[in-house]
Amino acid sequence: MTSSPMPGPTSAEPAVPGARAPADSGLQSGRLVEPKAGGAPGIPMIAIDAVSKWYGDFQVLTNCTTAIVKGEVVVVCGPSGSGKSTLIKCVNALEPFQKGQITVDGTKVMDKATNLPKLRSRVGMVFQHFELFPHLSITENLTLAQRKVLKRPAEEAKKRGLDLLARVGLSAHASKYPGQLSGGQQQRVAIARALAMDPIVMLFDEPTSALDPEMVGEVLDVMVELARDGMTMMVVTHEMGFARKVADRVIFMDRGEIVEDATKDDFFGKPRSERAQQFLSKILQH
Amino acid sequence: MNYNWNWSIFLEPSPEGTGTYADMLLSGLSWTIATALSSWIIAFFLGSFVGVLRTLPSPGAQRIGTAYVELFRNVPLLVQMFLWYFVLPEVLPASVGAWLKQLPNAPFYTAVVCLGFFTASRVAEQVRAGIQSLPRGQRMAGTAMGLTVAQTYRYVLLPNAYRIILPPLTSEFLNNLKNTSVALTIGLLELTARARSMQEFSFQVFEAFTAATILYVLINLVVITAASFLERGVAVPGTR
Ligand SMILES: Nc1ncnc2c1ncn2[C@@H]1O[C@H](COP(=O)(O)OP(=O)(O)O)[C@@H](O)[C@H]1O
Ligand SMILES: [Mg+2]
Repeated sequence: MTSSPMPGPTSAEPAVPGARAPADSGLQSGRLVEPKAGGAPGIPMIAIDAVSKWYGDFQVLTNCTTAIVKGEVVVVCGPSGSGKSTLIKCVNALEPFQKGQITVDGTKVMDKATNLPKLRSRVGMVFQHFELFPHLSITENLTLAQRKVLKRPAEEAKKRGLDLLARVGLSAHASKYPGQLSGGQQQRVAIARALAMDPIVMLFDEPTSALDPEMVGEVLDVMVELARDGMTMMVVTHEMGFARKVADRVIFMDRGEIVEDATKDDFFGKPRSERAQQFLSKILQH
Repeated sequence: MNYNWNWSIFLEPSPEGTGTYADMLLSGLSWTIATALSSWIIAFFLGSFVGVLRTLPSPGAQRIGTAYVELFRNVPLLVQMFLWYFVLPEVLPASVGAWLKQLPNAPFYTAVVCLGFFTASRVAEQVRAGIQSLPRGQRMAGTAMGLTVAQTYRYVLLPNAYRIILPPLTSEFLNNLKNTSVALTIGLLELTARARSMQEFSFQVFEAFTAATILYVLINLVVITAASFLERGVAVPGTR
């Protein structure tokens, strides 16, 4: 992948309501992440192998198989209720599954011997509703898991957190609380919080769906930069502009199945399944 | 009504010979406060623990929590007080029972434990409701970052839940304070008991209970004021 310090042309920092964010300085140049260890050549960072999952009698996932190699950016799309969130939550074992196997950097996530907190600390996750901890300041949000999970000394954790906060352009807000930031700013903090753990992969579950339209761009900018810095990413999103810009592959899910798993060019050029074609035409109409 | 009002009764020596009637009431007040605070400590920690049990993913833990709450919430407090004081020493091994009965201040310790366990069931319900009112994603975010279950509760869920349930917890604290009067049935010389003995010795029933009422209202006001300071102290900037 090419590494460009600044995001592409459509990524101009959108105007943030002045009253809320006087000191929002936008993206800073510099890499969000340094290339990480892990992901030996040939071994996928995430391997999802014939995964099926049921909620009681209801089958949410049916025989899902795919693999994501180091540095790859995979966009997952599909209709609401098709199992995208469930699949992505299986990757870090937030949801258990009954059949099949998932490995992250060679570690089986459903193996009883697996140290799940340790594995999860290496898998960054960004949620639709940000899920910053409302009672903690931005700095505390950025340092909590570094200190409690990675056992980093407070000073080191703070330095790492503030460094990443600067990279997402929010240095001025370090001592504020999540409730004092706009949605877009909160999501950028949430991304910085995940990156502070030095993850080997990042999972995103509709990171921009809960945002007001004018704030979508600022979050996508950070994600684009992250992709260009070589982060391995699995991104559930309907932002096809983002997919076109940085995705290597696009996965289309419907009714718990991976219906299509294609390179970006193939997917947008000639999606094979009718369901994918219908879905694309619906979301691209607007 | 043929009643001889005598407000100076408080300054007269009580027949116990250790001070005035006012001293007698104030000693009752201090037992009331001591019982309320000590039992609250049990209620808060035990109640939080039981409330957390009811929100854990494990069905076994949930069942234990539910059983506790239903047991202690559904037996009348007065019955519980009798069970702890009169029945427990009899069903325990004889030596333990005898040791319990000869404890100095046995009514106090019994009242503290009984109220603590009873109020814990009510605190547990508040804690459970508080945790369940948080967005599901909060627990998920903590877990996803690698926090253990215990860490997620300690650093994420409980600090948020306590902030939400501070007003109902204040009510539970006040209920617990008022429930201390039930302990007069097992011989604790708390405020209501002292007002009753004052009435029996002096026949000044209205003065005695007016004084007790005022004292109860005053400590309630102190608690409410303290709670509102606490609420302001822990309020999170940018919320509400
Ligand atoms: N905890 C749950 N219990 C039962 N059904 C669930 C649960 N979570 C999700 N589902 C169902 O599983 C399906 C897939 O959900 P989800 O993965 O959230 O879809 P998506 O993210 O693609 O919109 C939906 O039909 C949803 O109703
Ligand atoms: Mg979803």
